[in-house]
Amino acid sequence: MKSIFLGIDVGSTFCKAAILDENKKLIGNHILRSGTSFEKASEIAVEASLKMADCTLKDVAYCVSTGYGRENVKFSKRTVSEISCHSKTAFEKYKKKLTLIDIGGQDSKVVFIDDMGRRLDFVMNRKCAAGTGSFIEEMSMRLGVHISDMDKLAREADKLVKLGSFCTVFAGTEILSKIRTGINVNNLAKGIFYAVLKRVISMTTIDGMIVLTGGVAAHNPYIAEMMETMTGCRVLQPTYPQLFGAIGAALYAKNFKKEQ
Amino acid sequence: MSAGFKRKDIEATKLENKIMTDYFGELKEAIDTKNRKIAWCTSVGPAELLRGLGFLVYFPENHGAMLGATRMSTDLIDSSVEIGFSPNACSYLKSDIGSYLNNQTPLKEAYGFSSVPKPDVLVYNTSQCKDVQYWFKWYGKEFGVPVLGMHTPREIENGDMELNYMGTNQIKSMIAPLEKIIGKKLDMDRLKEVIANSLKTSQIWNKCLELNSNVPAPWTFFDSCIHMGPAVVLRGDKVAIDYYETLYKELNEKVRNTEAAVEGEKHRLFWAGIPVWGKIGALSKQLGSLKANVVASTYCSSWVFNDLDPENPLDSLGKVYTELYISGNDDRRAKYLKKCFDFYKIDGILYHNAWTCDYSSETKFGLHKTICEKTGIPYIVIDGDLNDLRCYSEEQTKTKIEALIEELEGI
Repeated sequence: MKSIFLGIDVGSTFCKAAILDENKKLIGNHILRSGTSFEKASEIAVEASLKMADCTLKDVAYCVSTGYGRENVKFSKRTVSEISCHSKTAFEKYKKKLTLIDIGGQDSKVVFIDDMGRRLDFVMNRKCAAGTGSFIEEMSMRLGVHISDMDKLAREADKLVKLGSFCTVFAGTEILSKIRTGINVNNLAKGIFYAVLKRVISMTTIDGMIVLTGGVAAHNPYIAEMMETMTGCRVLQPTYPQLFGAIGAALYAKNFKKEQ
Repeated sequence: MSAGFKRKDIEATKLENKIMTDYFGELKEAIDTKNRKIAWCTSVGPAELLRGLGFLVYFPENHGAMLGATRMSTDLIDSSVEIGFSPNACSYLKSDIGSYLNNQTPLKEAYGFSSVPKPDVLVYNTSQCKDVQYWFKWYGKEFGVPVLGMHTPREIENGDMELNYMGTNQIKSMIAPLEKIIGKKLDMDRLKEVIANSLKTSQIWNKCLELNSNVPAPWTFFDSCIHMGPAVVLRGDKVAIDYYETLYKELNEKVRNTEAAVEGEKHRLFWAGIPVWGKIGALSKQLGSLKANVVASTYCSSWVFNDLDPENPLDSLGKVYTELYISGNDDRRAKYLKKCFDFYKIDGILYHNAWTCDYSSETKFGLHKTICEKTGIPYIVIDGDLNDLRCYSEEQTKTKIEALIEELEGI
């Protein structure tokens, strides 16, 4: 029987599962929309990840869950906050002092990690989704474009159009009025990315090397380039930005198994 | 996960319920029989002067907290917004006026009131915040009764004699109009007696709070939010002294027996700011299940007035009601907080960034950052509000608390 470690990150928008082997190698993963049943979504994610890793549930030595729906995962032996899980993966991967910025579906967070992997401080967005993926989703609907086209549109912009509204609803109205004045969609798409980033980086003082994670970075890599320009900091773009929470949970699973 | 934690009973709660019932019963009788004059007073207003003159004293902020704790407030707030108050105005104010406009009050079910007691006069002190004057003036206009106020500066240091003198003069200037309303002269011996009672109440209440410097702590901030009722509404009355003596005895017994409010207490936290009244139970359970006890706060200590002096009644009232923690400058606040963190052996801080209460929130103007630089104590900021639960995110708060505890545990 194999000994594998399972991490599940049930986010508000996407559910992610990651499987690590004894050497912390990612051997299975799956991402799907969280939908209305977190339990069902986590089951599907786990099943698909196990299949990819060529393993069964019996091979799972320990499972940790994280994210908004962390308490709805039946396989989970323990829960850990997504702040800790993201930090864990970031330090495991880069082994250096970092500023982790995670932009998820309904929340965004900035975590400062020291050169020993300890969390120095963290901030999360207020009870408002303006600096999150939901904002981009809502605005793409207003623009009448598919969310998956936003990155390409923004990248081809020749000008940045700044949005003046803090609130998603008012920003939507502002988008419509700008469309009516003839501003092109590309420039508006870039303006939408700018609004999200501005909101995130104004939560605290950003410095040092940044690692950008979460679904927004995974689906819109141009966001990372814009962040680099806006902050003047180097922005690292990991291969699996959306899986950071799940991988962190799996890393904790390995630690907790060892402690047993 | 908050399963598996149960708040420990405090026997004195029964006595508290009785004296609060008696307090409201006296007010109810006054409404029914019109046998006594009623003064409305801010929670840090000169209640002693009003009691000394013979008024029954009613506290709208206490009512605001009741509206929050019973979760009636969120639905009532919009009625105040409809009549012109900003959504950013104090949510005690908005829920209290909303309660009046809709004639919905927890006093009905709890104490058999048909409505809140009509005031003969309203007396406020702006030392805690500026919103209270608009709140009281609105009622003054509504009921057609006089409104008197103390207007005190903010950002002050302790021991500023000139400011204290100013406070005293304002209190003195209230005496004649209040005498006219109640129809008798102020009896200075009676005022001294009331102030002596108030001082004694403050001292024992403070002793109860300070018992939480013991490890493990015998009670929690969430318990003290409930048990502070008499310190707010009955200070100056001997019944409050008797109550806190009973409470102290019980808590001290818990200390002697090493009885923890949170079994297996691992983390000692500090609550900076006003409570999220509608979430007291949920927060208590979550923190308890994580073996964390909020052992002290800025809030519950706000009703400790140890500088009251029966021998100098008016001067000492002037001093205590201008020198509140909430009206202090950042230096004074930071020194006080540092002292609390040392005394209560604090591992982590929960700052409540209350949407509609700037002055109680150390986070509005960055004091929390300064304190972190000075002390290095880990903290989180809980975005919420005292009474408007629409400003509070259950999930975000839960995640932040878990992350703080993980940080304290080195996870």
